[in-house]
Amino acid sequence: MALPLAALALSGCAVPTFGVKPGATTSSKSVYHLWVGFTIGALIIGVFVLLLIAYAVLRYRRKDDSIPRQVQYHLPLEWTYVIIPILIVFGLFAATLVVENKELANPKTDVTIDVNAFQWGWKFTYPGTNAVVVGQTTDAPTMVMPVDTNVHINLTSTDVIHGFYVRAFNFSRYALPGVDNQFTFNAVKTGTFFGQCTQLCGLYHSLMFFNVKVVSKSAYQTWLAQQNNAGAAQAAATVNQQQTNTYVPTKPTSGSGVK
Amino acid sequence: MTDVLQPPADIPAHDEAHGHDEHHGPTGILKWITTTDHKIIGLSYTVTSVIMMVIGGFFAEIIRAQLATPNGHLVSLAQYNELFTMHGSVMIYLFVGPFAFGALANIIVPIQIGAPDMAFPRLNALSYWLYLTGSITMLSGFFTAGGAANFGWVGYAPLSNSLNTPGSGADLWIGGLLLTGFSAIFTGVNLCATIFYLRAPGMTMFRMPIFTWNLLVTAILILLAFPVLTAGLIMLYADRHFGTHIYSVAGGGVPVLWQHIFWFWGHPEVYILALPFFGMATEIIAVFSRKPVFGYKGMIFATLSIAALSLGVWAHHMFTTGVVLLPFFSIMSLLIAVPTGIKIFNWIGTMWRGQVWFSTAMLMAVGFVVTFLIGGLTGIYLASPPLDFFTHDTYFVVAHFHSVVMALVMGAMGGLYYWGPKITGYLLNERVGKFQFWFLFIGTQVFTLPQYVLGLKGMPRRIAIYPHNPEWKMLNDWSSLGALLIGISTLLFVANIVVSWKKYPAGDNPWDAHTLEWFTTSPPPHHNFYRLPPIRSERPTWDYNHPEHRALGHGSHKNEVAAEVVHKAPHS
Repeated sequence: MALPLAALALSGCAVPTFGVKPGATTSSKSVYHLWVGFTIGALIIGVFVLLLIAYAVLRYRRKDDSIPRQVQYHLPLEWTYVIIPILIVFGLFAATLVVENKELANPKTDVTIDVNAFQWGWKFTYPGTNAVVVGQTTDAPTMVMPVDTNVHINLTSTDVIHGFYVRAFNFSRYALPGVDNQFTFNAVKTGTFFGQCTQLCGLYHSLMFFNVKVVSKSAYQTWLAQQNNAGAAQAAATVNQQQTNTYVPTKPTSGSGVK
Repeated sequence: MTDVLQPPADIPAHDEAHGHDEHHGPTGILKWITTTDHKIIGLSYTVTSVIMMVIGGFFAEIIRAQLATPNGHLVSLAQYNELFTMHGSVMIYLFVGPFAFGALANIIVPIQIGAPDMAFPRLNALSYWLYLTGSITMLSGFFTAGGAANFGWVGYAPLSNSLNTPGSGADLWIGGLLLTGFSAIFTGVNLCATIFYLRAPGMTMFRMPIFTWNLLVTAILILLAFPVLTAGLIMLYADRHFGTHIYSVAGGGVPVLWQHIFWFWGHPEVYILALPFFGMATEIIAVFSRKPVFGYKGMIFATLSIAALSLGVWAHHMFTTGVVLLPFFSIMSLLIAVPTGIKIFNWIGTMWRGQVWFSTAMLMAVGFVVTFLIGGLTGIYLASPPLDFFTHDTYFVVAHFHSVVMALVMGAMGGLYYWGPKITGYLLNERVGKFQFWFLFIGTQVFTLPQYVLGLKGMPRRIAIYPHNPEWKMLNDWSSLGALLIGISTLLFVANIVVSWKKYPAGDNPWDAHTLEWFTTSPPPHHNFYRLPPIRSERPTWDYNHPEHRALGHGSHKNEVAAEVVHKAPHS
């Protein structure tokens, strides 16, 4: 039952969205179809069972003190409600596998973004360039990425576990300390999308926002060039500042602490 | 030889002032402190765990009041973290579990199988005192300088290490959890030993009531799961204080290890919490439909398969970590829907063509089934990794498990209305009870259903404010209104105890029930029974009271007349 339903959903007929949108990436759309398939199945089963319960409690409401027939067991019926659910479950599992494999595929990518979560903000770095975007709590950073491109994300955390969640991408992933979590986004439309930390990470968990801005490929290149130059200048400034501010121990010890 | 053991002539009838063995123990407060009687320990558990429910519910009301506006100022961010941590901890560790396998199981299981007490009465008392001290320990975190634990009831490392959560509230949380964990383990040992060794003659395994069966399986799950949590907590404590690096990257440890350990306990724990209430609902539905449990053996096999599957699904709490994306965990989690579905169909089958009597207990049981159905169906989504990715740690998950646990609360209330008269000897007021049910049932749906939508709109869990998303306010307000209705239902329950206090004597068997506990007096005498009926099925009391209405198995329908003729023949 579930598999044809999932197929129906995957074919993209005009069905209700049940609160989930197709989203802004290629895989968010498959996830959305899976959602619709699951929901149609759940609604059919749920309404059927609720009607059975309603019928039982209304139709067989106590009328007198007589004792009903003490019927117990009906093996064919019992096997029916074992086997049909098993078939449904395997249907749901098959649909899950198809979508999951698609979503977690790691295709060849042109753009890589390192996302680093920390208490309580985000740092987006673009390897191979000097572009860095960082911001925390009320100053939410924006991750810029090109449309129609496989964008590879390396997700890490410097301290505790955070949740990298973009509602419009129908996706979230934990940022784990010591683990390099990798996945790919392929955005299908431009726009700015809201993101937020979903895994409790301490005091300012409620304020750990970020934005994802999907721009055209040319706009992305322009942005990256700007950031690259600005980043280079800033990096130089930071190095200078660090040099001037270098902490010099009063009693320098050989070895430790010296790079 | 007769089938019924009559009390010897020199023993006074049980409804006289005292049985022969009632005078030995102390009375008053000393009785409550020194007792090893499973019924009194069970009552202590009941009172303590219901108080915990009220405390946890109070935290929930503050949380919902805070979330009623996008920039709530009722509590600070730090206080909010403490509140939801302790709300979850109190409800899961100190209310639902101890209520299920400490309170009702303690009182009912020995009587249901015709035993005089639990197998290890002193260990049973120890369980209770560990539970009480553990509860006080955990809650005392509020009186420390740094406040109570604030890392969520799951205590994920490395947020729960001494660097990120330095306060002693966290240590008290660990300590309290260790104590209540040992309490649960001892109760598990006790229940297993009692059910395996203290059954009355004739009470074979397949004549045990479903409630006792479920508690047996629960006890086995406790023994498999709780030691893992205990070990994990000790390692967490060592990380915090003894400089080990089991969960910290800096010393070569693995933070995700805590999640594996926690959920290896945590998922069986879900069924440790749920199975006793499945059992309660099964008993109540059968009794108030005046029919045997429809698929009695199917029910038992469903319970056993839920328990077996529950040991292999822990990683579905961890799909979003990205480190355990094995499809194995997905299919195992999905498969749990099958035995759960069997149970729901069996409950419907039990009511089918019965005489469904809507006492408060029955309303609560049907409310349990409906609410659990909603929680179960939304749980199926979460077993599918692509759907879990974007709903995990949002209010969708919060709504899912609150549908489940609020169903358990209805089961708990049903259990109290159903078995309370057996323990206390007095019924509760049915009119107030029905008001309580409707407040609880409608409140639960008004509370959870908007949260599903909030989750899909992207509201993460455990946030105190949502300044960028004021459009979430309306749904949050509905949810808060639902929480208020649930709070009113709790007050109605307390009020019902007050107005019904010793007012409506119950008698031995007010519901015309099926199982052995309804054969003895209310409350039962010191060692539970003066006499036992013959145990020829899973419904000995019913068989004794209605010998002409035995259960008719499938295929026996045609031979019904013949069966009755055989039954009317004199017993050998």
